[in-house]
Amino acid sequence: MELNADIHKKLGSFSLDMQFCASRRRTGILGASGCGKSLTLKVIAGITEPDTGRIELNGRVLYDSEKGINIPAQKRNVGYLFQNYALFPNLTVQQNIACGLKYWKRGNREHSREKTDEMIELFGLQGLEEHLPRQLSGGQQQRTALARILVCQPEVILLDEPFSALDSYLKDRLQDDLMLYLKNYDGLILMVSHSRDELYRFADDLIVMGSGGTLVQGTPEEVFRNPRTKSAAMLTGCKNFSSARRISDHELYAADWGVTLSVSSVLPESFNGIGFRAHDFIPVYGQREENCIPCRLIRETDLPFEKNYYIAPDHVQGSEEESSGSTGTEDCLLWRIQRDGQALIREKGMPDYLRFPEDALLFLNT
Amino acid sequence: MTEIADVLKNLDWSPFWISMKTGVVATILSFLLGIFAARRVMYAGPGKKSVLDGILTLPMVLPPTVAGFFLLLLFSRRRPLGSFLFSQFGIKVVQSWLGCIIAATVIAFPLMYRNARAAFEQVDMNLIYAGRTLGMSDGEIFWRVVLPNAGPGIASGTILTFARALGEYGATSMLAGNIPGKTATISQRIAMVIQDQNYVTAGVWVAIVLIIAFVSIFLMNWFTGKTLKNVERW
Repeated sequence: MELNADIHKKLGSFSLDMQFCASRRRTGILGASGCGKSLTLKVIAGITEPDTGRIELNGRVLYDSEKGINIPAQKRNVGYLFQNYALFPNLTVQQNIACGLKYWKRGNREHSREKTDEMIELFGLQGLEEHLPRQLSGGQQQRTALARILVCQPEVILLDEPFSALDSYLKDRLQDDLMLYLKNYDGLILMVSHSRDELYRFADDLIVMGSGGTLVQGTPEEVFRNPRTKSAAMLTGCKNFSSARRISDHELYAADWGVTLSVSSVLPESFNGIGFRAHDFIPVYGQREENCIPCRLIRETDLPFEKNYYIAPDHVQGSEEESSGSTGTEDCLLWRIQRDGQALIREKGMPDYLRFPEDALLFLNT
Repeated sequence: MTEIADVLKNLDWSPFWISMKTGVVATILSFLLGIFAARRVMYAGPGKKSVLDGILTLPMVLPPTVAGFFLLLLFSRRRPLGSFLFSQFGIKVVQSWLGCIIAATVIAFPLMYRNARAAFEQVDMNLIYAGRTLGMSDGEIFWRVVLPNAGPGIASGTILTFARALGEYGATSMLAGNIPGKTATISQRIAMVIQDQNYVTAGVWVAIVLIIAFVSIFLMNWFTGKTLKNVERW
């Protein structure tokens, strides 16, 4: 079970150069919008033709620009779940699902009925057989689209931002439902999204895409633990960045934060930046410890279940009163705590210092 | 008033039936050819597309008399095609009802073609892509998905085509002539009676044309309104 892709395509000033191998069951592609992740899926499905490259699925060559091979989309056996599901609006649920059947055209009604009924039951669409797509809820539409894909037993299923058309309540539920429905599918699944949460839940293997190419690939845990580049770290949700200089094997200087950080393990040989997640700070009261910055609050904002504190970097001089309020938060460090973590602050007030725990530091290259 | 009643009583209805028959046949022909052409152009490459589109739209942009001139050149019995058709099959295009149909079809066809193409191109491309990844052939996708979802555009195109074919004058008069009971359509009859200063008869025919026009517009709105509901996007 393996999908190998090496895709090169120029579209105006944008150029896509993607190389990856998906061999674990669920592969996620994380990227900002416009980075070419949907295009990658379209190329694999045979909807868009790349300029050059090679695509191989389970040992079968789907595309090879050198050998002039380009299997049409119809024969690739690749399922594609579109962002808006692309259900045929003039056909009923049952007819939509039957469209995926290869035998449908030959008019084997019994076979077709049997297969579609199987899918309708599997996806809990009983009673909706005669409904048109517009009469379905978002979740039912998604299930119909999945049923339509699975009825032709594809070797790989491509999910193109499957939750972007849904409101946040449904999104959460359907993410878990999707896994459930795809549990018995034993082919490859490739899902593209800009949401790290969606992919973290979904993927066994995560590919982070920058503009037009792969930045890093690994298990979600590995990628979140060590994103390696600033763009990848940003996509995984890291909020604080600074350029960094290695001083010794155990010390580095984070220039934008104005702080020297020391670590007990040996620092990586080469890195020029450092990242730090907003919720990893440890509040310190009283004495200044190692790896700390003074907690000088610039601004705070409330989120529904979290609170953001913008903290001035250490080297910013001037009185607190003067800098608060009017300055922007661009250069500030962001400290984010959960609602329940705020009890501490209510009890003891704002901490005097914030500590960077050494195992939360992300060493990056820009 | 009595004058109008007199005219109505003695009215020769043949132009009405000739126009209607011509309109219906020309619409059917344009419908089939227009959809066929629209489909071909839609799937053609970009360069071929603009050339084909130009040629197919030309009859709509040209003055009908110019189209009539070309049709005469083509079908005159002194020309190769015209003489071949007559000698081999006994088919006479010039000064015949067939001429009416051909003239009306040529003039009205671009309306059908352009409306059909616009309607096809409005269909969500993802539906076509989805069809392909599901293994449906391009033909199947066209008949099962594209055509039904282009319904409103096709319906309004058909009615516009019918209206245009019904009112055709310029090319028809050149190719088919104005033979009473044979090729004299309503438009030609109106022009003729006005030349004879017979304004009452002309007025009666104008009233009939107005009624047909209103019915067409009503039908068009009704159809587009109705089919729109069926393919409403979500």
